[in-house]
Amino acid sequence: MKLTVAHLQRGQRGIIKEFIVDKIPLKLLEMGCLPGNLVELVQTAPFRDPMYLNINGSHLAIRKETALLIEIELI
Amino acid sequence: MGKQINVSLIGNPNTGKTSVFNQLTGLNQQVGNYPGITVEKKSGVCKLPRGLKAHILDLPGTYSLNASSLDENVVIELLLNKNDRDFPDVAVVISDVENLKRNLLLFTQIKDLEIPTILVINMADRMVRKGISLDIGILEAKLNTKIALVSARKNTGIEELKEMILNYRQISTEPCLHASIMDPEYFGRLRKAFPNQSLYKLWLVITQDVNFGNVNRHSLDNGNSFHTKSNSDLKRLQQKETILRYQFINGLLKEGLKVDLKSATDLRIRLDRILTHRVWGYVIFFMVLLLIFQAIYNWSSYPMDFIDSTFASLSEWTKNMMPAGPFTNLISEGIIPGLGGIVIFIPQIAFLFFFISLLEESGYMSRVVFLMDRIMRRFGLSGKSVVPLVSGTACAIPAVMAARNIENWKERLITILVVPFTTCSARLPVYLIIIALVIPDESFLGFNLQGLTLMLLYLLGFGTALVSAWILNKILKIKSKSYFVIEMPNYKLPMVKNVAINVVEKTKSFVLGAGKIILAISIILWVLASYGPGDSFNNAEEIVTSTYNAEADLDSDLEEEIASYKLEHSYIGILGRGIEPAVTPLGYDWKIGIAIVSSFAAREVFVGTLATIYSVGSDEQETIKNRMAAEVNPILGGPLFTFASGISLLLFYAFAMQCMSTLAIVKKETNSWKWPILQLVIMSAFAYVVALIAFQLLK
Repeated sequence: MKLTVAHLQRGQRGIIKEFIVDKIPLKLLEMGCLPGNLVELVQTAPFRDPMYLNINGSHLAIRKETALLIEIELI
Repeated sequence: MGKQINVSLIGNPNTGKTSVFNQLTGLNQQVGNYPGITVEKKSGVCKLPRGLKAHILDLPGTYSLNASSLDENVVIELLLNKNDRDFPDVAVVISDVENLKRNLLLFTQIKDLEIPTILVINMADRMVRKGISLDIGILEAKLNTKIALVSARKNTGIEELKEMILNYRQISTEPCLHASIMDPEYFGRLRKAFPNQSLYKLWLVITQDVNFGNVNRHSLDNGNSFHTKSNSDLKRLQQKETILRYQFINGLLKEGLKVDLKSATDLRIRLDRILTHRVWGYVIFFMVLLLIFQAIYNWSSYPMDFIDSTFASLSEWTKNMMPAGPFTNLISEGIIPGLGGIVIFIPQIAFLFFFISLLEESGYMSRVVFLMDRIMRRFGLSGKSVVPLVSGTACAIPAVMAARNIENWKERLITILVVPFTTCSARLPVYLIIIALVIPDESFLGFNLQGLTLMLLYLLGFGTALVSAWILNKILKIKSKSYFVIEMPNYKLPMVKNVAINVVEKTKSFVLGAGKIILAISIILWVLASYGPGDSFNNAEEIVTSTYNAEADLDSDLEEEIASYKLEHSYIGILGRGIEPAVTPLGYDWKIGIAIVSSFAAREVFVGTLATIYSVGSDEQETIKNRMAAEVNPILGGPLFTFASGISLLLFYAFAMQCMSTLAIVKKETNSWKWPILQLVIMSAFAYVVALIAFQLLK
């Protein structure tokens, strides 16, 4: 199974892998969600959705459906 | 006389851009709209050294020059149009020292437009606490710019910034990163096709449909054998641009920025552990709401009582001091009570805006969006709908506009359609006076019963909004791509100046906007109530005197009898009698019927209307509330405002779509008459049915 941001546990961190850019909103990229960057799960709302992330120093929240599109490698 | 320097403030949301704007302009600011669209336009004048002045424009917050909303589009349209009156001589990009990396993305894009650009690094007072140190020399050299280290909160660095604005001609217009390196071949062809245009401007025009000069996307498609790329290729290039810019910024910050993590203490993590907690987060949010409503109710009662009695005695005083006649009556019976009906609600509106701006300034609002997204989505809304729904408690008009931040069209449309159900401040006057009449001023479990009723009404508004959203979500067949990204900003202590300016600004626009309508309606109503057709009005005194039986009417005197007979046979009385059959089943008399009809202009007219109608029939100095309490139901006898008719009236106002301005803004935002007309018909019919059922069950 592919490991994505949606699979992170709270406090766990990963590195964003190359992804299919077409599916991911440009705004997310502009906020720092780019391959090679560090991502940490800060907090989740009930049902793990949305997810509160720290990506490359930017704090933002995205929905689980978007988090499932971002592949990562655990560190 | 020198020319004013045009300055545009540009920056990401949450960088303190508005704080810098407030520090530069003080109270010298104007709020208006961009022509043709409803995006708020804030501008002001800043005094520079040596007697010069700068015209400062506070542009909407944006993360980049690739617009995804109307607000963001304003920024790009301005920057691409050299002929615009507001086109900046110098752009000032505001960044937050803690989010420099992300904020610089926008800076490098603006710099590519070859406009003189100053970089403001704001919140410099947090550097020590966060262990951040900057090498301004390296940053200035690599970015080809001047940097002002500013703390808008501590008011430091502002004078240096003014000095830089004054000397803007010395700032290099050379880009710090040429976007053309992302695809030299493509940009080379672009250069050949349009030799006289800035490459980055061309690129922005190609990637978003912005017109400037004679060049637009359409002419590019056919122009000079130049072939643009497919949309997905363009999107890939935009992503490449973003990646390249970040690479440049990362390299830059490696040299220019040091963060000593050991000395950094993070308040955010500790606060978020509680405030976004899956249980405590919701408990706290609910407590915050409860606190706000209790405060609005209790704190504002003192100034309100004062205003109420002041206007009553002012009206009395005018009557006694001025020569008797129609003009004096117009002022003392029409205008003064009408104005009193709006001034009295200033305290509550000010308190409400005070709390809303505290929530936004502190960064807590984003946590609410985060907590509520999943729940809201069940109803076809987005977490971002919370902001429109909460600001709907102030006024539906800015709330409908706030829905622009929602990227998904279906979620946005549903939000716009249900926002008018939330309890706006115009309903507040109606609620307050009815609650004061029919709900006892007693405590229940330590909470004031009247305050609890008010809170229930707010919850009812939210509840109805949610249920109708759920229904709309099932009915509407709209396919739209959904995504949701929201920044979670740092917690900040709200700045007194920002909150104060916001409260003053919003209260002023409410009072002035609504005030005009209320004044006009008060005068019309007074005329309609003071004159009537035919003999029964003109000969009222004789008719009443001849039938007056002093023994049978012990508790009412002749004067009062005449006045109420006159009112009944005035134009407004005839009109009211006409609609009486429709409102009697709801427990109202024709006077309330008139007040409801005039409320379709704006709800807050209700109290002013009743004040005008009642004061016409009364000579004594009485406050509106006491006057209403004394009203007798013409059919059932007993007080007119009972628990049953009061609740019925509250419910009618909770559901009916009674605001022309909201309908106008919905038309504008949805670009169709279909939606506002649906709102008007469905909401008002629903309100009538619910009020009818409530009265018939409770009476």
